[in-house]
Amino acid sequence: MNQPVPKSSAMLTTDSRLNGRRLASGRKNGFFYELIRNRILFLMLLPTLIFFFINSYIPMVGIYYAFTQFDFNTSLFDAKFVGLQNFQFLWQSGTLTKLTLNTVGYNAAFILFGNVIAIVLAILLNELRGRYFKKIAQSVMFLPYFVSFVILSVIVYNIFNYDNGFLNTLLVQIGGERVDVYNQPWVWIFLIILFYLWKNLGYSMVIYLAAITGISDEYYEAAKMDGANIFQRIWYITVPMLKSTFVVLLLFALGSIMKGQFDLFYQLIGNNGVLYNTTDILDTYVYRSLKVTFDVGMASAAGVYQSLFGFILIMTVNYIIRKLNDEYALF
Amino acid sequence: MAIKEDVYTRIFQILSYAIIIIASIACLLPFLLIISASLTSNESIIRDGYHFIPQEFSLEGYRTVFTFPEEVLRAYGVTIFTTVVGTTLGLFLMTMAGYVLARKDFKYRNAFSFYIYFTTLFGGGLVPWYIMLTKYLGLLDTYTVLIFPGLMTPFLIILMKNFIRSSMPEELFESAKIDGAGDFKIYYRIVLPLSTPGIATVGLFLALAYWNDWFSSSLFINDPHKYQLQYYLYNVINSMQFIAQMGAGTGVSLSNDMPTESTKMAMAIVVTGPILLLYPFIQRYFVKGLTIGAVKG
Repeated sequence: MNQPVPKSSAMLTTDSRLNGRRLASGRKNGFFYELIRNRILFLMLLPTLIFFFINSYIPMVGIYYAFTQFDFNTSLFDAKFVGLQNFQFLWQSGTLTKLTLNTVGYNAAFILFGNVIAIVLAILLNELRGRYFKKIAQSVMFLPYFVSFVILSVIVYNIFNYDNGFLNTLLVQIGGERVDVYNQPWVWIFLIILFYLWKNLGYSMVIYLAAITGISDEYYEAAKMDGANIFQRIWYITVPMLKSTFVVLLLFALGSIMKGQFDLFYQLIGNNGVLYNTTDILDTYVYRSLKVTFDVGMASAAGVYQSLFGFILIMTVNYIIRKLNDEYALF
Repeated sequence: MAIKEDVYTRIFQILSYAIIIIASIACLLPFLLIISASLTSNESIIRDGYHFIPQEFSLEGYRTVFTFPEEVLRAYGVTIFTTVVGTTLGLFLMTMAGYVLARKDFKYRNAFSFYIYFTTLFGGGLVPWYIMLTKYLGLLDTYTVLIFPGLMTPFLIILMKNFIRSSMPEELFESAKIDGAGDFKIYYRIVLPLSTPGIATVGLFLALAYWNDWFSSSLFINDPHKYQLQYYLYNVINSMQFIAQMGAGTGVSLSNDMPTESTKMAMAIVVTGPILLLYPFIQRYFVKGLTIGAVKG
């Protein structure tokens, strides 16, 4: 935290000059001393600090909404305090358990499949010989990452819609029956995971590919000399070397495990109530409560629950990781 | 020994090629489906369904989209405006923040880094944020609300900071100081010119987020003239579905009179177009920037 400041001659002069001027206070390490000495740097950082203050810190005060009977006309602290009533309603309606299970479940699947498949693809791609082939394959797999979620919903509609979707057209052609996918809640568990992977695999693959490229060739040469075959080289060198990248990505992902991929869920499911049991996550629930059903009290309660639960989760995980291996801890 | 290894390697490589080719095709096919559908006549889609190859080639979908080009062009304009302004402003602020936080002689850099990072751990949630922006800042139906919330993300600031720290040695700043350069001068004369790959990556992330944004419009914009492109598309798709369903309910088929299916797909292509065209050029910067960020871990 407090590393000694490298003393260059230029800094020494500034230091002593300022020291002389501020002999009275004499606190060389105080915040205000720093503020004056590095005022330009502070000034350059200021817009960012203000931005996060407005966009992130002030809304934290609004957590209070979850404990009031919301009224858009009164100001925050004039609203009627109702204690835990909003949470009680949320809990009694049974939605909270369902939302938590869905949110955590989907994210766990995203993290697990997303990382494992990305690692496998990165390793395979790395072993290919043709330079152009490699480049093209990498570009093609990265492409879906660039496409908006609205377009994704068009794609899904194109494939699965009942009347003329690609799937049903195909089924009819081979003499089968049409399937109404939009009425089959369980199918969407797989579809959501599938389309998450379709959109994000290329991105994670590039990160792992970069990590593989960073592994020194000497390891592989030495292993080759010792007679290790390609499977052994991958299992005993590449895979262990990817551990740190994996842990960093895992930690980042865990940090947002209570926040779903809102765009993905909302664009694929929309307001199709038939599918809520298997597809509703905290984010979509809060958004709908705010925009569609205007249930602001429940929405803020769900939001607070989401933030708090996620926060406790990440602190716990970070604590455990710090105990196991300090190097990997986030903070 | 050597022969045995060759056999393994060969099997492995053949397997790799096969899997990578299959994965690549799986990534491309959905695009092919909408491109093909956008070039098919609507009757053909309703009669035969969607195919990979147009059964009955037609440009009517595109023709319908551009019958009333004002609305599409306006949505394009809003998106281009927010993307350009947001990306420029966001980049300026984030490179500055990244530079300050990368300066080792800036004593409170860790505290401020945590101040920024903390917002990813804990937040007030969507509702208080929404109420603050609409009720207290009065940003409903303004262009500001389409730009402001997306300006910076902690992730991109950290990426920028890591990039500056790993590609510019501290001595560089010190020697510039000895030569009499101020902190801001160091930033725009030294840091900015040396961070091109970092700026490209962060800028592309930012631009992509603005270009693909539909959420801000859906929350904060009531005036259809101010819809971003993606939300405009979203609305067109949903309202067409609505019209089609209305027709089905009353027994009157409206869908035959207007090329809804092919228009939807043509619209999707028009919206995605610029990204698909720019993609080959953009992509390598992304890969380069991510590579630098990832190796840092």
